Amino acid sequence: MMKSRAECVIIGGGVVGTAIAYYLAKGGMTDCVLVEADYLSSGATGRCGGGIRQQWSTEANTRLAIESVREFSSLEDELGADIEFLQGGYLILAYTDEDVAQFEKNVALQQGLGLDVSILTPDEITERVVPQLNTDGVRMATYCPSDASANPFLTTTAYANAARRLGVEIELFTPVTRVLTEHGKVTGVETSKGTISTPLVVNVAGSHSVPIAATAGVNLPITPYRRQILVTEPLERFFHPMIISFSLGIYFRQVRHGSVIGGFGDPDEPAGFNQTSSLEFLTTMSSKLAFLMPRLRSVKIVRQWGGMYDLTPDAQPILGETDGVEGFFQASGFSGHGFMIAPKVAMLVAQVVAGQKPDLDISRLNARRFAEGPVTTDRSVV
Amino acid sequence: MNRDVIICRCEDVTYGEIVDVIDEGLTTTEEIKRVLRCGMGPCQGRTCSRLIARIIAEKTGAKVADVPYPTVRPPSRPVEIGTLAEPDAVNVRTLTGTDDEE
Repeated sequence: MMKSRAECVIIGGGVVGTAIAYYLAKGGMTDCVLVEADYLSSGATGRCGGGIRQQWSTEANTRLAIESVREFSSLEDELGADIEFLQGGYLILAYTDEDVAQFEKNVALQQGLGLDVSILTPDEITERVVPQLNTDGVRMATYCPSDASANPFLTTTAYANAARRLGVEIELFTPVTRVLTEHGKVTGVETSKGTISTPLVVNVAGSHSVPIAATAGVNLPITPYRRQILVTEPLERFFHPMIISFSLGIYFRQVRHGSVIGGFGDPDEPAGFNQTSSLEFLTTMSSKLAFLMPRLRSVKIVRQWGGMYDLTPDAQPILGETDGVEGFFQASGFSGHGFMIAPKVAMLVAQVVAGQKPDLDISRLNARRFAEGPVTTDRSVV
Repeated sequence: MNRDVIICRCEDVTYGEIVDVIDEGLTTTEEIKRVLRCGMGPCQGRTCSRLIARIIAEKTGAKVADVPYPTVRPPSRPVEIGTLAEPDAVNVRTLTGTDDEE
């Protein structure tokens, strides 16, 4: 039987939702219910590339990412589970004048924050990091060896199991039909299995956060865009970093299992709830991989799939309380980089939900920023 | 059944491993696929999905017909990247603006 009353209800069983549930319970709020419309990591989390990057173009994002890597690096011990965490680095390739100018600025900023990032020449890339990479056209690269990756399914499952051990109840296959409010305050959540009365609701449903918030009269400026990804047959480990380029449009890495996994965002992709696969993606991605790593030409692709970015106007998440609806908190709009910042963001949101002062200020990421004036976008979104 | 029997032969997943995650609360082929990798190999679950659906049915009391299979994803057979790649599709000269010089 699902609880009919709880101290807090979390909507969404992706990595951020399960992590918020865990950090709330760890902080003492154990009477929580997490409701998930499908199964754990069935949405954007389970469809992502699993990269964990600290190289960003703004100070606030870089700091948040550095803190998240710190949390990730002790997460397996803390949660008592293998999440395939690997600090294999991120290699970001520059092809254009704009890339070079932006990356030089980024590296100066990131080094100032203590990040172990450096600029590599094309020769240094093949001599020191990835011998198999075709550097034709590459002007330079930035390389941060402490950037990382992990398995999104295992991370989500680890958070969920740790939350359960602390008393959190997780209801799968339980879609939310309405967030209930009275006199500007949250009173409960109506689901397919009944209603849970609660004064605190955290909406962590990715692109689905928009229709959920709308049931409480809240408009979230989040637009879903399909992104596609593919995976090859497994190979013996031959490179460690996630390799990405904003101008060429690609990211790929080799996972522990041995497969190479990667994708790119089609700039002409129309908005919408679409997770289907396309032949155009398969051929374009194959062309990019064959160009960048000729050794992969003889390697077979076994599977492709789609997922959704929940994109906000500044490609930054929407975090924190909701003006006009007391007790209603948002944590969505991660715009394609939710997994990598999940541990720290979830910890901060849990602190805000529990009425504590978060140890990093997240007020700049409240939804009210969009009403206050123009926003600036981080240049490092792939 | 012997716990060591291989159910997913692409990813070497045994009957025992599958029974254990069902006991931990996973009740669908989609969830089991994501945690154990069965169905993620070259055959894409053509062999193991039916077997796993039957194990889930046995363990949970559901009818086999009511246990859905995981989403089937393209390509239907593994294909070499070199077969799919289009020659000259990636031209970094266009990207770097040095096209005119050649």
